[in-house]
Amino acid sequence: MQKAVVESPKVALFATCVTDTLYPATARAVVTLLERLGCSVEFPLDQTCCGQMHFNTGYPDHARGLAGSYERTFAGYDAVIAPSGSCTGMVRDIHPQLGTTPAPTYELSEFLVDVLGVTDVGAYFPHRVTYHPTCHSLRMLGVGDKPLSLLRAVRGLDLVALPDAESCCGFGGTFALKNADTSTAMLSDKMRHVLDTGSEVLTAGDNSCLMHIGGGLSRLRTGVRTVHLAEILASTEEDPWSPATR
Amino acid sequence: MVTRNPVTWLGSPKFPDAARTALADTQLRSNLRKATGTIRGRRASAVGEMTDWEELRLAGQALKDEVLTNLDVYLERLEKSVTERGGVVHWARDAAEANEIVLRLVRETGADEVVKVKSMATAEIGLNEALEAGGVTAIETDLAELIVQLGNDRPSHILVPAIHRNRSEIREIFQREMPDVPEGLTDEPRVLAEAARAHLRRKFLSARVAVSGANFAVADTGSIVVLESEGNGRMCLTLPETLITVMGIEKLVPTWADLEVFLQLLPRSSTAERMNPYTSVWTGVTPGDGPQAFHLVLLDNGRTATLADTVGRQALRCIRCSACLNVCPVYERTGGESYGSVYPGPIGAILTPQLVDDPHDKQAASLPFASSLCGACYEVCPVRINIPEVLTHLRASSVTARGRTPESIAMSAAAWVFSSPSRYERAQKLASFARLLGRNGRITRLPGPGAAWTSSRDAPVPPKQSFRAWWKENRG
Repeated sequence: MQKAVVESPKVALFATCVTDTLYPATARAVVTLLERLGCSVEFPLDQTCCGQMHFNTGYPDHARGLAGSYERTFAGYDAVIAPSGSCTGMVRDIHPQLGTTPAPTYELSEFLVDVLGVTDVGAYFPHRVTYHPTCHSLRMLGVGDKPLSLLRAVRGLDLVALPDAESCCGFGGTFALKNADTSTAMLSDKMRHVLDTGSEVLTAGDNSCLMHIGGGLSRLRTGVRTVHLAEILASTEEDPWSPATR
Repeated sequence: MVTRNPVTWLGSPKFPDAARTALADTQLRSNLRKATGTIRGRRASAVGEMTDWEELRLAGQALKDEVLTNLDVYLERLEKSVTERGGVVHWARDAAEANEIVLRLVRETGADEVVKVKSMATAEIGLNEALEAGGVTAIETDLAELIVQLGNDRPSHILVPAIHRNRSEIREIFQREMPDVPEGLTDEPRVLAEAARAHLRRKFLSARVAVSGANFAVADTGSIVVLESEGNGRMCLTLPETLITVMGIEKLVPTWADLEVFLQLLPRSSTAERMNPYTSVWTGVTPGDGPQAFHLVLLDNGRTATLADTVGRQALRCIRCSACLNVCPVYERTGGESYGSVYPGPIGAILTPQLVDDPHDKQAASLPFASSLCGACYEVCPVRINIPEVLTHLRASSVTARGRTPESIAMSAAAWVFSSPSRYERAQKLASFARLLGRNGRITRLPGPGAAWTSSRDAPVPPKQSFRAWWKENRG
């Protein structure tokens, strides 16, 4: 394990509403991981949602209110870390357009690689894994191969490249409901590529996209699991990830 | 009288419904997957070999923004320079006016047939149908446009309107509809092209009037520029006596030198070529050479209204390359006809509703929602139109126009919950009860709007304890 270049930075976790409510294991994994790397993690209890659903569905006024709450909740923190590329993109790109000045907010892999300067986080995950670069982490944030460099350093992990990886999975927030048929057609191609890799686990930096792809993989009883990147990086030989801990 | 803008096809269903039909069309899905996949790869390599691509994109954006900011000045400059060089400039407020002008000009020549260069502007205004109604036959000479016309079909792509057809379908259309179809026509691309060539050659030699669009018009010099691949355009632009060009008012560039930027951006983005085979440029009328009468019809048709929208106006930078269509995961699966307009794909989703300019038009209002906001379109756009930004902007206009709906009530309720941490916490506890719907770690059926989710996807079983509750218990 590499040591973080910054000494015990004080950071806030923005869990995001999807992860907080539906995937608490991911948020616990972020805490475990960051503390293992020497960070002191706080979770301001005033946080709720970044407003992305409202903004992207055509309700910018509601989103503006939530952007204001975000600004107040995290004011004064040097760094806010979110286990989501799309929520981070919303905060960083859209909140300023809505007239707020949010605290510096990072997607998890950006924070690890750019701020802490680590790629080997001491993780252990003995499974065959493929990685889907979610659209907003790829195109809004430009995280590039940071998640892949983190995954490559995980002990026991067999990383398989996902064909046509940069194609959208078809989630798109309310798009998945408003254009459910088109969303499903996109999903079927994404699932085909995932299955072609022979992976046990599909990982990504966004639980919302994983909820969509995982929902399809589960519906078809493919046996492939979706696991957020944070949970893989938090897993160690002493305390390995298991489905039961989710 | 306010007439309907023909930029959308009358009777087209809303996008989700049209898409449902298209998604079930096996042949369409296969044709589009192959075609867009191929062109995507080629574009990526044509662009990849440029070291200054991002600078070119910035220059393209800046030039178009300069034109749009001072459009009145540049349009008057163009009118002056075209007139000085012997052309005649006409102004058309909308489709009906433009069609009337063109029909009148054709009638004045006494011709009852015109040959056409592929043009989005004339497709947008439904010129062929208007000419037909006035007793004038319009003959499309672009191969893909000819396939669409012969097949009584609708265009489904900006550059390749017949992209939804494969070669065996094209052979069938030719055999059925081409009066002079050669014996023993096969589906070899070369043979099909030869049949079209022979069919069109006779038309080129007999036609007295040609109608074209324009890729660019140079305000300073009055020069009009058309880029094409087949050479049919060059025939139309040089052989007939009269040339009528219909051009959207946003197609201007300030000076001749500015073409340098766009003649690099357009072919690589569009056909993935370093340079397109034919670039035709003409300036007014040249005595004894080419058409001896030149008319330029400047078309508004919703553009001025679009220009008034500070976010939406960037759609007018579009140079009709269609790169955004080729990379769009929605377009690749639904095809162009699902958009119900000559402008399909991501650019259509932002341009069409603005040109229609009626937030109560349900079909047009459904278009900005036909996107997962993946951003692939913005990444390839040669003039850096932030399509996702305009999509969310237009979604907001559509939401405002719809007023109170079950969705808007649900969204207000969600915002009310999210605006208070304690309400949010109570809602989380309530949501947690949905775990009772779970069987074997999955929820296979959700009620209400959630049914659209579980029609094809399982839903996650909510945990007993949210992260927040865990934090309070263990760290709080």
